[in-house]
Amino acid sequence: MSGLRRWLAEGTAQRWLTAAAVLLALGMVAGLIGVVVEVAGGFFWPQRLVELQLGDGSNVLGEVWDRESDPGSPGMERVRVKVGNRDLFGADFRWIRESDVRKRDFPAGAWLIERREYGNFYGFPIRLELPSATVAVADPLFRTALAREVDGAHDLVREERGLLRRVDRLHAPVAKLMVLVAAAQRRGEDAHALEARLANAQRSEDEATRPIMERLAAARQRLNQARLVMSTADGREKQVPVSAVVRAVPVNRLGSAQKVGLYVERWWEFLADEPRESNTEGGIFPAIFGTALMVVLMTVAVVPLGVVTAVYLNEYAREGALTAAVRIALANLAGVPSIVFGAFGLAFFVYTLGGGIDRLFFSNVLPTPTFGTGGITWAALTLALLTLPVVVVATEEGLQAVPQAVRDGARALGATRWQTLRRVVLPYAMPGILTGAILAVARGAGEVAPLMLTGVVKLAPNLPFDSVPPFLHLDRKFMHLGFHIYDVGFQSPNVEAAKPMVYNAVLVLIVLVVALNLTAIMLRNRLRRKLRGSAV
Amino acid sequence: MSAHPEALGLRDLVLGFGETEVLKGIDLSVSSRGVTALIGPSGCGKSTVLRCFNRMNDHLVGFWHRGDISVTGRDVYDPTWSLEALRFQVGMVFQKPNPFPLSIKENVLFGPRLAGITETATLDAILSRSLQRANLWDEAKDRLDASALEFSGGQQQRLCIARALASSPDILLLDEPASALDPIATARLEETIAELSQDIAVLLVTHNMQQAARVAQRTAFLYLGRLVEEGETTKLFSAPRERLTEEYVTGRFG
Repeated sequence: MSGLRRWLAEGTAQRWLTAAAVLLALGMVAGLIGVVVEVAGGFFWPQRLVELQLGDGSNVLGEVWDRESDPGSPGMERVRVKVGNRDLFGADFRWIRESDVRKRDFPAGAWLIERREYGNFYGFPIRLELPSATVAVADPLFRTALAREVDGAHDLVREERGLLRRVDRLHAPVAKLMVLVAAAQRRGEDAHALEARLANAQRSEDEATRPIMERLAAARQRLNQARLVMSTADGREKQVPVSAVVRAVPVNRLGSAQKVGLYVERWWEFLADEPRESNTEGGIFPAIFGTALMVVLMTVAVVPLGVVTAVYLNEYAREGALTAAVRIALANLAGVPSIVFGAFGLAFFVYTLGGGIDRLFFSNVLPTPTFGTGGITWAALTLALLTLPVVVVATEEGLQAVPQAVRDGARALGATRWQTLRRVVLPYAMPGILTGAILAVARGAGEVAPLMLTGVVKLAPNLPFDSVPPFLHLDRKFMHLGFHIYDVGFQSPNVEAAKPMVYNAVLVLIVLVVALNLTAIMLRNRLRRKLRGSAV
Repeated sequence: MSAHPEALGLRDLVLGFGETEVLKGIDLSVSSRGVTALIGPSGCGKSTVLRCFNRMNDHLVGFWHRGDISVTGRDVYDPTWSLEALRFQVGMVFQKPNPFPLSIKENVLFGPRLAGITETATLDAILSRSLQRANLWDEAKDRLDASALEFSGGQQQRLCIARALASSPDILLLDEPASALDPIATARLEETIAELSQDIAVLLVTHNMQQAARVAQRTAFLYLGRLVEEGETTKLFSAPRERLTEEYVTGRFG
């Protein structure tokens, strides 16, 4: 008995228990990140294309994605093959029983065509049809000719995008006048003057856009003329317009260096490009940008508000029932489900505040809302409210850690209360304030539910920041990585094909949050180093 | 009393916080040159006496007082004398070094900047003179822009003295300034105090009777909120008038 007691008192077991708890926590984090990195890291790596000859004599070409025991026939395995060619086969994937496979081959002539529409195409090129000539696949010039055409198509697509953007910009004044006319008519006012202005604007828009539209049409025609003729594994012929080709790669013939190049290129496209095919392909740049901008706006809103609140509570307010009530309220605010904040944001910021702004400053376009609809400002403010308790509590802790002797020192030198606060107490409490900001950023960047009610959309046509004055468009809706993950992973028509994209987006979101946090932590540690030794 | 005019004065001061009476009728006069030490057991009100002169007690909850407190012959509660102006006149150094999280230079110039001095030449002159008077110039001159928190405890305490001196006060209040320092740092600090007291009045609260004997020309013994005895240090220690003083200085209680 006394042996057991001594053993307990020594605390060896307790030490192992605490170590085990740390290990468990670490393991869970490592597991989460490991799964994400494994799936996300491998997706962009070029996969070999396998050609399978089946029992019925048909051929299948594609990438092997999965292997599992066949639930239909015990003891047998089946593989999931991404066969692509969605426009021909109707689905991207096929399950194939191992027992059905007669022959397995990695044909050197198999190509992967990444397309702007209908996903990947797997097959064997036959010839390249150009307006001036036809290049057969056996021709030694085939690969250079195809590469040149695809590059040209990229340029043309980029030009087309730029032209469309200019057309959009030219249309903006007309669109505004149309809204004004409609609003005036609905109010029963005389809209003749407006209508005349609208007609004028439309005329000048037509004049300005006509040359652009002509160039667009010409660009499109050029784009559609070049065609790549392919054959599928089962012998069907398919024409792929070169304009639809993102890249064409003879995957099975790639060397290691080329594979690495393709891998990097795909990651870059993912990070820097816009999404295609209802977000399941292409890039996520608008979502990254929207997330980062929203977090920055949120931080700009919540840190000053939280710090001022904490300063009042800690420095000015007399301790009593009221301050206790405020602190309890703040603590409870931290426990409110985030969707409730979303509902509040919608009711208060969007409808009440935004609606009020619209009635005051944008009444001429009502009922079309300007600020009275979800937007990046309202989303950021809603999250600022959500993260307010974190900032207040951390700042209060920072303020309480300022030694009374230091405050007295400043007062004794003739500083007023405000001067003491401004010049001594706040700099001293800065690490605490930054800790609050770090926690707020970490919480805010990962939050999705409130955003769905206050301004996030699946696809935003324009970034909230662009070259059109006033450059920062705080009323615009925006894309967000968290919502993107939910949307692509669970709401897209092609969940299976999009799954790796979800993991990639998760990885990017984690990296983004870690990067935002690390920046703040480094800033705090620099300040801490400056303050080190102050306790003497 | 010496030939110099009075720097600090208390007339029948009764002072307390809420229900507690801390000082029970004190008369004290401190000359405008030299060091006066305040000794007495813990809780006898030494620090409270010290904090009367720059009105630091005013910030404590439930503070009240009766009687007069004067600095250079003027009532500290004179409504035409602002709190800030009073504190420019009366510098104070605390038990623990309390440098601000700023550079050495900005620590010293904290007071002058509050007073609205912006001229670089004036500020530089104040900076070097204050550091020199606090015996810190040699250690600080090459690192004026370094953080004050990188200094050792003794250096920090002398920096706090320099900071107090930068407002060119006539009086310096020292509240057990050596209590957090090692013997060598204490010796340097005492040297500094002795030099300063040739120009200004220093009121020193200390726990350490040897320290009082070393640096103070006059000493006051405080016990349970009353001033038991005040006089020349050598006399107070060698031939005290009161029995209580004798018992305290010989270490029979305290």
